[in-house]
Amino acid sequence: MSRVKTWLPGLALVSPSIILIAVFVYGLIGQNVWTSLNASTRRVVVGGKIVERAQHEGGIGNYVNLLSSSGYQHALWNLLVLTVVFLAGTMFFGLLWAVLLEKGVRGEGVFRSIYLFPMAVSFIAAGVVWRWLLSPQQGGGAIGLNQLFQKLGLDSLQSSWWSSDSRWNMAAMAIPAIWQLSGYVMALFLAGFRGISEDQREAARIDGASELQLYRHVLFPQLSPIALSALIIIGHMSMKMFDLIYAIAGPNSYVASVPATLMWTQMFNQGDKVMAAVNATILLVIVAVVVVPYLIYTNRTEKEMGR
Amino acid sequence: MTATTDAVLPEPLEPIPEVRRYTSTGRAPGTRGSLLSRSVRYGLLIAFTLAILMPLYVLLVTSFKPTGGVSTAEAWTLPSQFSADGWRSAMERLAPSMGRSLILGVMVAILSSMLGSMNGFVFSRWRFPGAQTVFTLFLFGMFIPYQAVMIPLTGMMLSAEQAVPWFTGIAKLIVVHTIFGIPICTLIFRNYYATAVPNDILEAAKIDGAGMWRIYRSIVLPISAPAFVVALIWQFTSAWNDFLFALFLTNRNNGPVTFMLNELAGGQNPDYPQIMAGVLIASLPTLLVYILLGRYFIGGLMSGSVK
Repeated sequence: MSRVKTWLPGLALVSPSIILIAVFVYGLIGQNVWTSLNASTRRVVVGGKIVERAQHEGGIGNYVNLLSSSGYQHALWNLLVLTVVFLAGTMFFGLLWAVLLEKGVRGEGVFRSIYLFPMAVSFIAAGVVWRWLLSPQQGGGAIGLNQLFQKLGLDSLQSSWWSSDSRWNMAAMAIPAIWQLSGYVMALFLAGFRGISEDQREAARIDGASELQLYRHVLFPQLSPIALSALIIIGHMSMKMFDLIYAIAGPNSYVASVPATLMWTQMFNQGDKVMAAVNATILLVIVAVVVVPYLIYTNRTEKEMGR
Repeated sequence: MTATTDAVLPEPLEPIPEVRRYTSTGRAPGTRGSLLSRSVRYGLLIAFTLAILMPLYVLLVTSFKPTGGVSTAEAWTLPSQFSADGWRSAMERLAPSMGRSLILGVMVAILSSMLGSMNGFVFSRWRFPGAQTVFTLFLFGMFIPYQAVMIPLTGMMLSAEQAVPWFTGIAKLIVVHTIFGIPICTLIFRNYYATAVPNDILEAAKIDGAGMWRIYRSIVLPISAPAFVVALIWQFTSAWNDFLFALFLTNRNNGPVTFMLNELAGGQNPDYPQIMAGVLIASLPTLLVYILLGRYFIGGLMSGSVK
């Protein structure tokens, strides 16, 4: 009984938060899943009369319908392209900047602050600038990056960016995202480098390792937990990405649609709450598939470390 | 303390430690390597700096150009005629929503930090059976795509508004951001308390008969300032920069500044000086926070990666 008495106040102190999270996270998710399984009707005009027609038959069929629709598959493909380029870009620049800075260069603080500053700006604000920078006009009427390329004599680099009808157009949408988040990945890696003791470098050098070998065989392997964290965080941000695409491509763009923006279109443009809920649930599942194993894994490592 | 935490966040307040070590040759940081490799490194660092600052240059240059008088061919050149009209008109349009965002950011920061501090204390120092599982369930709330709760949340907030007429716009956002900020704030404080509160003091207080609330208030809370700074800044920035919740829960009469910025920049507004000045105005508070309190800002960033 006295043991219960010791931990009970702790539970009491957290209980407001437990209730709020239970209701607003898990309760609302449950309600959303329920909505996604509903049947629904829509009003159509047949021979001058308004009749109710079945729109969605409800149940798992709703999911089958969305997954097999070309609009949704297009959005999923876009998400895949966006995520792959976004991940590759942030990891590449993040690691490169960390390697450039990790030995301590003059003015490190200044470089670091500049590389990280885009993180402090909202996706909406960044999106407004990048919409202009990624304007598709080329040649005489070019603005944005295309005009800059012309001035620099790099005319061949001009592109219609995300507006092109290429299957890979979303690679261009990853550019502003990479601009915003590479600094974050750099900060993670930089902290990782600084956590490795100097003795290990010295030992490797005494053993005659070249700088390249030092990075490859001594330093990089120790950064893999950080690389995993970075991949999970950037990956899940990419799947949720909404603001940036909304600001750059506008509310109901088809060429730049991803599940997160498609949900907005379904909800307000098509007035189809059920399909919006189906879409949102699938998005949650995609994110959960990535994040849940990661949470379990870190939970287990904590236990092994004997907390 | 966890393995990942130690690797990523060596000390609560030292997100990225400066280079302490000197090389075996005894040279100061920044002087390692041949002249060639050093010039390559600085060359790259400066080139990346220019690339990152390029959108900022566009914003500044365009915002000071006279309204209507900008030829698209001069998009990248300095203004030939200096004008503050863009800033004036953008300020006029954004001012009311800036005030609302300020209230939102401050309220959310205070409320979720307070909850986070209490939760963090319990999850690190006053565990109840099952606390680890509850904590993991909290953390999942940090990763969910908010689309998965948006449809029922919108409905819930609408019925709340019908019951309590003043519960609109910013009031809704304060509630929502506070709740969805609980996971990250709990994480920040939990990680901080795990290292910053010495076990023996805690045990001594228990032996002296101090209860949980007493220990929290007189031992833990007084040393919490560093974690509060990180959590406050993080929550202020996220609430200020959010667009998704604003889009679903507010309108142009009661929305925050991101909503109004999107209104200002959306559609066919040809007034680029006004738009670009608007972006700068809307980003100024978070940029100021970043410049003045950068290291704490980075502390919040880092904790996002630490499970």
